[in-house]
Amino acid sequence: MPDTFTFLMDGRSVVATAGQSILEAAEAGGIYVPRLCHKPGLVPWGACRICTVRMNDRPCAACTQPAVPGSVVENDTEELRAYRRTLVEMLFVEGNHFCMLCEKSGNCELQALAYRLGVTAPRAPYFFQARDIDASHPDIILDRNRCIQCARCIRTSKDLDGKNVFGFLGRGTAKRIGVNARVRLRDTEVDLTDLSLDACPVGALLRKREGFRVPVGDRLYDLEPIGSDIERNSP
Amino acid sequence: MATDQASTRIVIEPVTRVEGHGKVTIHLDEAGQVREARLHIVEFRGFERFIQGRPFWEMPVAVQRLCGICPVSHHLCAAKAVDPMVGGRTLTPTAEKVRRLMHHGQFFQSHALHFFHLASPDLLFGFDAEPATRNVIGVAMKHPELARQGILMRKYGQEIIRITAGKKIHGTGAIPGGVNKNVTTAERDELLDGYDHMLRWSRDALSLARRYTLDHLAELSEFGSFDSNFLCIVRDDGALDLYDGKLRAIDPDGRLLFDQIDNDRYLDHIVEGVRPWSYMKFPFLRSLGPDTGWYRVGPLARINACTYIDTPEAEAARREFMALGNGRPVHFSMAYHWARMIEALHAIEKIGELLHDPDLQGDDLCVTGPRAREGVGVIEAPRGTLFHHYRVNEDDQVTLCNLIVSTTSNNEPMNRAVTDVARRVMGGQPVITEGMMNAVEVVIRAYDPCLSCATHAIGRMPLVVELFDHEGRTVDRRIKNSC
Ligand code: FES
Repeated sequence: MPDTFTFLMDGRSVVATAGQSILEAAEAGGIYVPRLCHKPGLVPWGACRICTVRMNDRPCAACTQPAVPGSVVENDTEELRAYRRTLVEMLFVEGNHFCMLCEKSGNCELQALAYRLGVTAPRAPYFFQARDIDASHPDIILDRNRCIQCARCIRTSKDLDGKNVFGFLGRGTAKRIGVNARVRLRDTEVDLTDLSLDACPVGALLRKREGFRVPVGDRLYDLEPIGSDIERNSP
Repeated sequence: MATDQASTRIVIEPVTRVEGHGKVTIHLDEAGQVREARLHIVEFRGFERFIQGRPFWEMPVAVQRLCGICPVSHHLCAAKAVDPMVGGRTLTPTAEKVRRLMHHGQFFQSHALHFFHLASPDLLFGFDAEPATRNVIGVAMKHPELARQGILMRKYGQEIIRITAGKKIHGTGAIPGGVNKNVTTAERDELLDGYDHMLRWSRDALSLARRYTLDHLAELSEFGSFDSNFLCIVRDDGALDLYDGKLRAIDPDGRLLFDQIDNDRYLDHIVEGVRPWSYMKFPFLRSLGPDTGWYRVGPLARINACTYIDTPEAEAARREFMALGNGRPVHFSMAYHWARMIEALHAIEKIGELLHDPDLQGDDLCVTGPRAREGVGVIEAPRGTLFHHYRVNEDDQVTLCNLIVSTTSNNEPMNRAVTDVARRVMGGQPVITEGMMNAVEVVIRAYDPCLSCATHAIGRMPLVVELFDHEGRTVDRRIKNSC
């Protein structure tokens, strides 16, 4: 495979380097592929499937699928937008997401993605699962109601902080984010300076007593949709 | 709802042109006379329970969702209650003034909404006028300039809220220990721009309420009138203060029952009574007990109980208003309208003072200090004194929340007012006349009750009237569109 090559995405030619994922190559070319579990700096995980594209007519996760020379990729089509909407809706009904009360509102990737995709109200019934909060740490709070199980905190803690503070417990709808301690977050090695605290795309992992400090209007997604920063780099 | 077997029960539901849903039942004795009237507030919000376990800094944003009309009151009251939890009992001048500006903007828009949209149809057309015209649309057709002023005054107040809280409704401006933004000079200038109109229109609205009251004094002073105690917060020198102060209560003759009570001690002085037929509590003053200790809150209470108002035009208006009582507080329910417009004028005067204060542009927004585990916030909401009380555990999670909202304090008074009015207009016949329905609604509206959230519909709410005989059987039922 040549070091650099091109493929077609929604009719546009995108330059990729060998080993680059479709998502990374697209992003470098100013094309936004919606995503939730992907975060630059982390090993791709392929869990949320929001980044699903069609490569040569085959659905795949753009964050894990390496770009292929000469391939034809669909990204921003109505079919894929509909899939993504459904996935986002499913996340909303599975957890307990009350944006109106949530301090992450305006800075939340899930909320911003829902706005970008035009999700109004979920079509599936809410699960209303009982999920607990771990507020035991003096400065950090883990609110499992809002966790979307993207594993970004788990991976960041392990790969970047070198600590392994978080991990999953259980399977299926009973799956929960757990902490690496007998009982509570306060008994782990988590620290206010950990990168894992900034890895959460939603309002599940937060620094205490900082909520609502950024006024409406100055928040990340107040003025333009998520992905706009990437699209601004479009050649 | 319980049926009283020994009496005839008449039901009016829902009450229109109040915020939310309400229902009135009128209970007759065997002689066909009104024994008692009850305002049923079909409201169960559950906030005190479901915010338990949530972190305290969510309270200002979460609990304001109780209401779509005066969320700012809940937002600020909750913020005041959680300020001590970050060690912020005394705010920076910028934070205190930005919050005050937000609060006065809220007063201005809420009072304008009530006066122009909800009350003015009764005042302009008379409350026995045809319901088809006695509504805000009728006002807009007949008095377009007045309707326009009402809309623009409301808008002005909402712009103040947007600038200070980030959004016109359910904003985030007040955070524990302060605020999250100041007011820029550009924002200030935007508000100064329309200010003179607002001041002038507030004077006009006040004079309309005043003139209406004086022109109809004989009938209004008999209508829904009864002696009561009054409660509000006042500044340490007794001045009207809508944002902060200590508790004062006066008796029906205007004598102090207590004064300068620390907000933290509200439970030493106020008890929340319960009755089997209502979700709403019936608060009363502990020292007097449930029979005579109930009290009124809101504009009438504040104007009656404060020593003076610290803005010149509102103070002059207060003096003239108080002359009505001949040395006693003013007691008739319809006087709320006049009192409310005195407060609207005071609010806009205060807004003017604040807009010229350079502290609004300061950048010292938040304080922190030794953290408390409990906090009580008390504020004067447009509808009356509002209490928020929270306790947190060592992990910052709320373990107790107690709210006494203004409409709750006015619960007993509204029942009294409805009873008084029903007695006057029931002619001894077990039938509900158009005039009686109007009168009952008009007197409830004087209290500007917020019965739940903002589910107000302009002129299109059905009025259901049910008539029961003394054995609880429905003998009559009427449904019609009202306004
Ligand atoms: S971003 Fe690709 S699967 Fe989540």
